[in-house]
Amino acid sequence: MTALKDIAEKVRSKNAGPFWLTVDIFCGSEAAFSRISEGLDTAKVAQLFKADPAALKRFDIQDLYVVKFSLPRPAIQGTREDRDMHGASFAVLLSDVQID
Amino acid sequence: MVKVLIPSGALGLGYDREALARGIASQPDIIAIDGGSTDSGPHYLGTGTSKYSRNSTKAEWADLMAARAEAGVPLVIGTAGTCGADDAVDWLVEITREIAAERGERLSLAVLKSGQDGDAMAKALEEGRITPLTPAPEIAADLLCDCTNIVALAGAEQIQAALETGADIVIAGRTTDTAIISALPLARGCHAGGVWHGAKIGECGALATTSPNTGTILIEFDADGFTITPMGKDARATPHTVSAHMLYENSDPYRLYEPGGYLDVTGAQYEALDDRRVRVTGSQWVQTQPYTVKLEGARRVGFQTVSLVFVRDAHYVENIRKWIDDIHAKCTAKASARVDGDFQIELRIIGADATLGALDTHARPGSELGVMGIVTAETEALSREVAKMLNPYLLHHPLTEQEEMPTFAFPFSPPEMPRGAVYEFCLNHVLALADPMDAFRLTTEEVGQ
Repeated sequence: MTALKDIAEKVRSKNAGPFWLTVDIFCGSEAAFSRISEGLDTAKVAQLFKADPAALKRFDIQDLYVVKFSLPRPAIQGTREDRDMHGASFAVLLSDVQID
Repeated sequence: MVKVLIPSGALGLGYDREALARGIASQPDIIAIDGGSTDSGPHYLGTGTSKYSRNSTKAEWADLMAARAEAGVPLVIGTAGTCGADDAVDWLVEITREIAAERGERLSLAVLKSGQDGDAMAKALEEGRITPLTPAPEIAADLLCDCTNIVALAGAEQIQAALETGADIVIAGRTTDTAIISALPLARGCHAGGVWHGAKIGECGALATTSPNTGTILIEFDADGFTITPMGKDARATPHTVSAHMLYENSDPYRLYEPGGYLDVTGAQYEALDDRRVRVTGSQWVQTQPYTVKLEGARRVGFQTVSLVFVRDAHYVENIRKWIDDIHAKCTAKASARVDGDFQIELRIIGADATLGALDTHARPGSELGVMGIVTAETEALSREVAKMLNPYLLHHPLTEQEEMPTFAFPFSPPEMPRGAVYEFCLNHVLALADPMDAFRLTTEEVGQ
């Protein structure tokens, strides 16, 4: 088991407008892409963000060696419950995930 | 062929002056810059104000106005003043008048406003012309009337109308990030898929290159696609940097919805022309009916007062959760008995899980922790009143009854920091329009001397 951050080149998260969060995993190589793409379970990712799995979108982009997830923001941007206006810290949750 | 010069991802962010000069030397047909974003939160739309300083905005806008005069082409800004509300547009128009007067320049200005009247929007909702996008907050007519600002996002059509006035400068309220870049090449018949794709790649300036801080890029649009050329001396665009930009702040990397249709980049081909330029073809534009524009709205949801205290005592650091839970319960009970009106107290542990809250299952505190108390209430006075009731707890609250009264570290006097009114985004909806100009107001004026 290895943490995702030790396999991928970069993991970033950002707002995609006030209502969506998007997380991009730049795998960096075909080998890393295959390992992450196969080893990262969508349901587990939804669970990390306490998101409805049905609302989570996943894109495995072979050309860029990127795995991308988009989900309704855990709290709408700027509401009293929101703690991260730009959504950039959520990437950490994925970075720490263990991959087989 | 149409050449669009994009000086920077946003006015106020700064850019490399030499890169801009190279851009002007490349003889662009238009200079287009974005003025805003929702990324910094609902405060700006809520208040109709700009995130960036007036002085920085004025300095950069004056530079761009000088570059425009040198190039002899139109200068267009979208989402003026961060949020594109009418007040923010007026703010930039005033700055423009000042600069024109100082430069001794006579200019024609087209102003496109995007602000929407709450009652008119309530009527549109009743007529079924407002539809939700996923995930949309619930809306009702009274909520629309409650918004301090509602804006509609203009697309290429409205910017084209502004350019058709022959204005030297177009100051637009809320637009999509891409509209200011796509308007002229579309009007001149360039490939629609290529235009919208190039506009998306260009909307953050040099972010789609290896040197994001240089800011300036040139995009050439033609009959089949577009070519991106960075203007920074050492900046390079590569098929990777360009195609990867479709991911940025975008929930779907293959589709981008715009007024009047959507861009589909599934079949796009990225080709390196040399070691710094990339050509893109094969993108598609798909028209949709009816013509819709996206709406953004913000409303005031209360007032906040914030207090910050630091805890260094190891025993308290170890038991911080118990400490704040006890304070929260006791202070909420006390304040409920002593004030009228709704309020909420929240205590966040700075240095443990303040960033991610309950999602953070691996949080590890250090030797010191901060506790931020946030009081949200329906009035400013109530928010401050409850924050003052919170203070004795943050100052002296003991973990146990049998101990000497502890005292914690406050960095400020007074410890209560008023945050003023707080706002929320409350619309993720589209508005159907019979004519693209129906929700927008275009005026022209002469400025300077």
